[in-house]
Amino acid sequence: MLKTLRKICQVGVVSEAAPPPDELLRARAALDERIRSVLGRALCIRHVDAGSCNGCELEIQALNNPYYNLEGLGIRFVASPRHADLLLVTGPVAANMEAALRLVYAATPDPKLVVTLGDCGCTGGIFGERGATRGRVSNIIPVDVAVPGCPPSPARIIQGILTAIAGAGRAPA
Amino acid sequence: MPLAKWWDRARELPGAPRTRGLGLTAEDWSRCAADVAASGGRLLAMWASECGDCDNGATIHAAFLADRGVLVIELSVSGARAPAAEPFDYPGIESLFPCASRMQRAIFDVSRVRSSDPDRRPWLRHPPEGPELVRVAGEGVHEIAVGPVHAGTIEPGHFRFSVVGEKVLRLEERFGYTHKGVERRFTELPLLEGHRLAARIAGDSAVAYSWAYCQALEGMAGCAIAPRAAALRAILLELERIANHLGDVGALANDAGFAFGLAQFSRIKEELLRALSHAFGQRYLLDAVVPGGTRGDVSAAAAESLAARIIAIGKEAAELRAIYEEHSGVRDRFAGAGILTPALASRLGVLGLAGRASGQALDTRIDFPSAPYDKLPPARILRQEGDVAARVAVRFDELAESCRLVESLLGSLPSGAHLGPIRVPADGSFATGLIEGWRGPVFVALEAGPEGRTRRCHAHDPSWQNWPAIEHAILGNIVADFPLINKSFNLAYSGVDL
Repeated sequence: MLKTLRKICQVGVVSEAAPPPDELLRARAALDERIRSVLGRALCIRHVDAGSCNGCELEIQALNNPYYNLEGLGIRFVASPRHADLLLVTGPVAANMEAALRLVYAATPDPKLVVTLGDCGCTGGIFGERGATRGRVSNIIPVDVAVPGCPPSPARIIQGILTAIAGAGRAPA
Repeated sequence: MPLAKWWDRARELPGAPRTRGLGLTAEDWSRCAADVAASGGRLLAMWASECGDCDNGATIHAAFLADRGVLVIELSVSGARAPAAEPFDYPGIESLFPCASRMQRAIFDVSRVRSSDPDRRPWLRHPPEGPELVRVAGEGVHEIAVGPVHAGTIEPGHFRFSVVGEKVLRLEERFGYTHKGVERRFTELPLLEGHRLAARIAGDSAVAYSWAYCQALEGMAGCAIAPRAAALRAILLELERIANHLGDVGALANDAGFAFGLAQFSRIKEELLRALSHAFGQRYLLDAVVPGGTRGDVSAAAAESLAARIIAIGKEAAELRAIYEEHSGVRDRFAGAGILTPALASRLGVLGLAGRASGQALDTRIDFPSAPYDKLPPARILRQEGDVAARVAVRFDELAESCRLVESLLGSLPSGAHLGPIRVPADGSFATGLIEGWRGPVFVALEAGPEGRTRRCHAHDPSWQNWPAIEHAILGNIVADFPLINKSFNLAYSGVDL
């Protein structure tokens, strides 16, 4: 126990300030101001892997490490879409995940936001839009913010999430 | 030695070390497989390709890992997709190699070629009515269905539990949810671009996959890799191993209720990823290995800084390991959970990290080394207990070894080029690649088409062999321990869904 406590004290707090939103990532008009002010204080995210290679998942997992500390911004991941405000979707929508993705979207109560991240989620990436992949997530469900990258860095992902709940026309700091 | 008769007839194949290939008739196919099994060999991969001269037929390939080398056998079946006169197209090898079952089902899904083995349920194709899974009857038995969407931020897959009370009576896995048609996609890309797709089959194993692909490509093109390039590739591979092991040991502590472990290891992993970004331009090394060598070089200053970071990581990992081992709550959860006995691991053909925690010593960096591992082999790490604690211990041991290898390689980087020229291989060339990714050996079989196109690429993840083992390791454990046991294997979904 002592070693554990000593390590915690030694390492201290390493959390960094969050990056500002980036309006360039916005794909759809922003939500109503009142809704945004609530979601901006306590946002619940449900992640859906719609066929990703797992690279984007690793960077999403990093969001909860002490450096990015997403929970410190009032943002947390939930196990059920019924508890979610925002869906974070990765992958070029494999045909075998289309039904599950639609079900998750339908199960998420309004008002809801969708952020897609990674080149696959934005354009189909190297897998394209053909055969076994439906391609960009917006082919299946409406998308509010699209964050490119392969994979996008955690800082970029946070920007994407913050952009979704930020006001339209508010320029990045 | 029964295997000698096949080995001596086989021709040498370029690419992966000590690999030979042999075309066989159907009877010889079965006999050869039986001889491999009798001599303790393992099934490495199985796949089908179109057969140019068998009239709408197909060629079935199987790669085996035997002591003397990798043996790739092939069997051509003609008119396989014509209406069936025969009940099957090729002899199945499931009774010799249980892990062949899903591979044969996947072959059927992709090329409609049927094995003689009875399980013909679709694997990669998902019929609209849902999967056909084995139902368990009995007093008090109920089913828990989990997935494809899981509670955490992980890949999709379906797990059907049959439970009595809290204990698991049976588990059946169902995958294919991330099937992206990778094998078809390879044929749409030029041979010299395929490494980018290979790296994105399982993003956490990008270096292993892209190196295995490049090894096959360079083998068939007759392109030698400069010593500096080989050393850099090994550094990248070991850094990938370190990154994954750091993530896993943190997540496993969290699954056992010790969030401190996740907080510390996720911090350390982040520090490593930032160091990788600084040294190689990417946090995850998806584009670092390219045909002919590595995309970028490492300056002396970057090498020194990276080495310092790795030394610091090694020290912290050892310190935290001691804390884990003294923590009674963690020990209680890890010890005895999810046991995969060595006997069962051997029978199932379990490979890689999970194998090494259950008495299966194979490590292709030691046993089938590609440069520079032939001159700098890692220590052999082996445990017999086969529980979660053993898989954690193997990760810690491998992490320490990988830190040692990276330090050593960075400190003795050969001078010279990091990238050499590569020419387009001739139509019909065939080669393989074999690289020990962090989960286990990644195998790539590559066939060149005309004018630099790709006729066929099969990229094989060791998770094909290991996923069935979890259906056994979970038996008798409580359902609530499934996340811990599953995470202790941490197998690829996208890697096997292709």
